[in-house]
Amino acid sequence: MLGKRPWKMAAGAAAIALLAAGCTGGGSDDSEDSADSVVIGIVEPQHLVPSNTTETAGSQVLASLYYPLVTFDAKKQPVETAAESITSDDNKVWTVKLKPGFTFHNGEPVTADNYIDAWNYGAYAPNGQGGSYFYSRIDGFVDLQAKDPDGEEGPQKAPAPKAKTLTGLKKVDDTTFTVTLSAPFAGWKAVMGYNSFYPLPKAAFSAPGVLAEGFEDAPVGNGPFKMKGKWEHDSEIKVERYADFKGTAPKVNGITWKIYQDQQAQYADLVAGNVDVQTQIPLESLASASGDLGDRLQRSPNSSFQFVGFPTFLKEFQNRDVRRAISMAIDREEMTKQIFLDSETPATSFVSPVVTGYRPNSCGEFCVHDPAKAKQLYTKAGGPSEIRITYNTDGPHKAWVDAMCNQLKAALGVNCIGVGEPKFSDMLTKVKAREPVGLIRLAWVMDYPLMESYLGPLYSTTGSSNYYGYSSTAFDNLLAQGSAARTPQEAIKKWQQAEDILADDMPVIPLRFGQNVYGFSDRVANVSVDLFRKVDIYKIELVAGK
Amino acid sequence: MFRYILRRLLQMVLTFFGATFIVYALMFANQDDPVQALAGDRPITDSQRQILTERYHLDEPFLQQYRYYMEGLLTGDFGTSLTGRRISDMMADAWPVTIKLALLAIVIAATVAITAGVVSGIRRAGTFDNVTLVLTLVILCLPIVVLAPLARLVFGVQLGWFPPTAGRDASWWALLLPAIVLGSLVVATQLRVTRSAVAENLRADYVRTARAKGLSGRRVIGVHVLRNSLIPVVTLVGVDIGNLMSGAIVTEGVFNIPGVGFNLFRGITTEDGPLVVGFVSILVIVFLVVNLVVDLLYAALDPRIRYA
Repeated sequence: MLGKRPWKMAAGAAAIALLAAGCTGGGSDDSEDSADSVVIGIVEPQHLVPSNTTETAGSQVLASLYYPLVTFDAKKQPVETAAESITSDDNKVWTVKLKPGFTFHNGEPVTADNYIDAWNYGAYAPNGQGGSYFYSRIDGFVDLQAKDPDGEEGPQKAPAPKAKTLTGLKKVDDTTFTVTLSAPFAGWKAVMGYNSFYPLPKAAFSAPGVLAEGFEDAPVGNGPFKMKGKWEHDSEIKVERYADFKGTAPKVNGITWKIYQDQQAQYADLVAGNVDVQTQIPLESLASASGDLGDRLQRSPNSSFQFVGFPTFLKEFQNRDVRRAISMAIDREEMTKQIFLDSETPATSFVSPVVTGYRPNSCGEFCVHDPAKAKQLYTKAGGPSEIRITYNTDGPHKAWVDAMCNQLKAALGVNCIGVGEPKFSDMLTKVKAREPVGLIRLAWVMDYPLMESYLGPLYSTTGSSNYYGYSSTAFDNLLAQGSAARTPQEAIKKWQQAEDILADDMPVIPLRFGQNVYGFSDRVANVSVDLFRKVDIYKIELVAGK
Repeated sequence: MFRYILRRLLQMVLTFFGATFIVYALMFANQDDPVQALAGDRPITDSQRQILTERYHLDEPFLQQYRYYMEGLLTGDFGTSLTGRRISDMMADAWPVTIKLALLAIVIAATVAITAGVVSGIRRAGTFDNVTLVLTLVILCLPIVVLAPLARLVFGVQLGWFPPTAGRDASWWALLLPAIVLGSLVVATQLRVTRSAVAENLRADYVRTARAKGLSGRRVIGVHVLRNSLIPVVTLVGVDIGNLMSGAIVTEGVFNIPGVGFNLFRGITTEDGPLVVGFVSILVIVFLVVNLVVDLLYAALDPRIRYA
């Protein structure tokens, strides 16, 4: 009988352990998925508050819950949707008139106040909203920011900002408000198409300027779909059609945004028919995709732009001929074909082809592959005998950096090393510390379809993503003149002149433009993926009989 | 017995705090710029950086940060992740599916390993023994990054026997394929250990005695040999349970299961200290409890072992 007691003990302990660990049954879930809804794969969004959403997945989900002021037509021109009209005489004071009759999903009517409150919330610095920079052109934005008196490291906390509301936002009546900018900007109408400019209902706030707890898990919007249940983190977000929606009606009754951590897992589900749309087929599956999907594998342009920058503090690249020679030594065509299997296209301009004002090959002869001329120019300019290219290894960059290195070695007869840093932030830290990083890998996705969305952040002296420190007074002036121009046409003219300066200076080497390579199941039709890598939820429809 | 368990439980408290402290220190050392890591390639405005830094105390010294964390933990608050979600909510989402997966995997692995191990232990150098040796070697050689996508492609997509991905609220059926893949990681070792233990015990004196006093072969193998051979196997299974829960990063990724492994991976890539430490604290408890259970099982399996 000696053995009996320990058995009981062990079994009891094991049982308690399992209970304590929360071994719940679970798994008693929905099979009542309505047949007329589609399943679209995304990654877990970081946030679902319009002013805090800056990545594609969150932006995609919000696009189904909210109705934007403007959307973009085939020519990438902004056209009014939730707005009746958006007008301005001087490009400084913009009057937004809303279409009447729209309501939020909780029944509240959509008024000018909803826009003003939402934007004030987004711009107020202590709320820490990721999209706050979108409001920076509005008059009074600086008063909503706070400067830490002794810098980030110091013990003192930043004081509260001077103001809580933007002076540039004024309500005229329930369906009209004005937006005053701190400086005239011809492209403002296009900027308002971004999700930071969605309205928020009164119910979103528990007190003025305080977002209600839990709002993010079940956002209430003014769009064609409303939340069905809550945001099931890391699992799915379900939306169903909102019956009282007055705008363009979508063709499906619901969307399940299914969350994937792994793009290849999503692809497996696409082939097996468990997901209807995948907006980006992973490179690893691309070779077999045309066989798996046939004509359900499609391509469309998007706004992403891949390039390498020359940090200006590195002496060896200060001669522009060195930069030009390196650019000419690169065979972009070979790179996109061999490594990206044509999922990206060669870039020979400084702005993406998706914006109006883009000119093919604005970079000129310096982006044409010519190894002989490159070598000659490089030797004459006294380029360094070793080139480094720094990239972050948590993205798929090693293959093409190595290929580019091989091209440089072959063409210029130099030694070239690809240096991997674990994360993008590690690379930035080294750049800030002015370490000899060599060329740095960078990429950009536009915020609104204007040339300025590339030129401003990437190449202006104060640009938010100008990590290499390029600074040209002539460029900055032309950019500012373009932004202040009276008409979009005039603006484009100035911006193109600014781009010509870039072609001369070569502060960066354009490499590739991105494409959406997307696939869909045979249940759905009319699938299109836009410049922002979002599925057009108004066009997608189910195939009858499937 | 009770005194022994009590002593072990007291030791656990110490181990728990020691482990969380070390993990927190490691995460702190790894922390470079979590605000940028969260944003990826996108630029961050100064004011946003400032707000987030203050909200998560990122600019304060290590001990101060650890104190904030421990204060929360002792009041049952695991804190919030850098994306603003409550970590306790994330754990409530992640643990059930991981526990289901790990248990299913360990049951499959142990059943296969013990059955096959006993058979090949008895019939050493027979066909069955040789075949299982080759098979287990093949599985041991295949890394999980190959095995898991391959299984998904063949059984999930091409043959269509199983759903290719499982998801968070997966049924037992959807978890079967990932569990088999995960279990195959440990089945080979368990099988080899069972086999050698059985082979050795077959030659033991007490087996000869049992045979001599006329017990049936089934009873000799099933009770006398197996029970004594299980001691090393149980040790292994105990350790494997913990390993499978924490180390299923690849399998969870391939089959789209947002469990513990996935959350640990996410926490490490976004330099999210509280998130990682929260999950690891629970893992530490799992390891400790499993080890205690294993130690108690020793006494049950071998009457010579007693705890006072």
